[in-house]
Amino acid sequence: MNPKKTELLHQQYLKGLSRERKIVRLYQLLIFIAFFASWETSSQQKWIDPLLFSSPSKIWNLLIEKTMDGSLAVHIGVTLAETVLGFILGTLVGTVLAALLWWSPMLSKILDPYLVVLNSMPKVALGPILIVALGTNLSSIVAMGAIISVIITTIVVYTAFKEVDPNYLKVLQTFGATRTQSFREAILPASFPTIISTLKVNVGLSWVGVIVGEFLVSARGLGYMIIYGFQVFNFTLVFLSLFVIAVFATVMYQLVELLEKKLIKNNQ
Amino acid sequence: MDFLTLRGIHHTYFTKTSAVTALNDISLDVQEGEFVSFLGPSGCGKTTLLSIIAGLLDPTYGQVKLEGKSVKEAADKTGYMLQQDYLFPWKTIEENILLGLKVSKTLDDTKKKEVLSLLRQMGLENVESLYPKQLSGGMRQRVALVRTLATEPKLLMLDEPFSALDYQTKLKLEDLVSNTFKTFGKTAILVTHDIGEAIAMSDRIFLFSPSPGRLHKTFTIPEELRNLTPFNARNHSLYNELFKKIWKELESIEPEEN
Repeated sequence: MNPKKTELLHQQYLKGLSRERKIVRLYQLLIFIAFFASWETSSQQKWIDPLLFSSPSKIWNLLIEKTMDGSLAVHIGVTLAETVLGFILGTLVGTVLAALLWWSPMLSKILDPYLVVLNSMPKVALGPILIVALGTNLSSIVAMGAIISVIITTIVVYTAFKEVDPNYLKVLQTFGATRTQSFREAILPASFPTIISTLKVNVGLSWVGVIVGEFLVSARGLGYMIIYGFQVFNFTLVFLSLFVIAVFATVMYQLVELLEKKLIKNNQ
Repeated sequence: MDFLTLRGIHHTYFTKTSAVTALNDISLDVQEGEFVSFLGPSGCGKTTLLSIIAGLLDPTYGQVKLEGKSVKEAADKTGYMLQQDYLFPWKTIEENILLGLKVSKTLDDTKKKEVLSLLRQMGLENVESLYPKQLSGGMRQRVALVRTLATEPKLLMLDEPFSALDYQTKLKLEDLVSNTFKTFGKTAILVTHDIGEAIAMSDRIFLFSPSPGRLHKTFTIPEELRNLTPFNARNHSLYNELFKKIWKELESIEPEEN
């Protein structure tokens, strides 16, 4: 085939790709508009109870109002700080626990049933106890955000540590590497992809922990806004909080994905 | 004094349901600068024996001495090359070849220069900052060889290092390895199930028989073949003679397979 023809086919292929992308975007936008338009109309026309289901315009106005008086920023700041802290703490403690289990096979055998029990237990049920133990403040909410992801992180990362090809360890052992060196040179870097993917799961989990924690403590934050809105029957406030949570949780997830791309650029 | 001595090595693997004897009463000596091969069918415990010599595994009974010391104490004098290169994919070539020195905390500028020049001697130019996946199989195995040689071991153990390569690359690497080891005066043990490779590369061949692994027979390679490169040795008339002899011997120890 002559190169001109190949060139032409390639152009066509690229055009096809971009057309497909445009169609996907168009439909995504259509769904978005249709959803909010029908919500707004049905609320205006009282097809649904505007008191319960609010409407996009009311939510938007509330957003402007709350942004102007600065109260929204405070709530977002609190929740975001708690979530990020809980997320980092959960992932870090989980990874350190996994490292301990890898370090001592005996310890991992002993702790195995406890991990299974703790993992199957719904962690949010521990909320009241955490609040009693740590007080109705930031620390108990951060603890909720962390505790919800720590056990699953431990289990997943430990499994990844165990699955590292033993021949990498053999290479290191022939150089007389200690267990610490083996961990640093082979086990940890080989498990980075798994650790990053648990990060993605933990973003979602930490949000759950923190919001439930704020439900219980009811002082500040987006979870507080939801529970307060519910109690005074202001569902516009509830919906506003939900949207803000959706936006920030997505941003956090995207940031982790960005981190993943940076870290695993040259591997595998 | 012998360089490496094995006395009455027994090894048994224990599982919940069985105790499998992999090695039974192995005694042998290797002289300094010698290239020997462990040849035998699968299941004859070649790799187990190599792991014992490398100090990675403790034998159930028996003693291994390297220059009169136990192999655990002499760990810095041994190097081990695996079937596949097992270069660390998250490290650059430079980081990979300096790994041994880093682990043993003996890395300094002079050593680093030496290792990097060794890399060039192996015909690998401008690859220091690349990652292993960017190299071909043959190049990667050469990098692995540099990594093994970097810590200046006196005894090198090669566990079927060419078996994952295509035939042409394998022949070229055999010559390279043989040359390098002769130049540096290294003692080497090659584990293989390839009769031709064993004849072409070694000074002596230890033939093992399976279940349990025992030392069946020792062949000394004639001087004429030893002085040739592995590639040229394969074309010598003595090579074919020896090949047939070992082939027959191998047939005799595994009759149940036919």
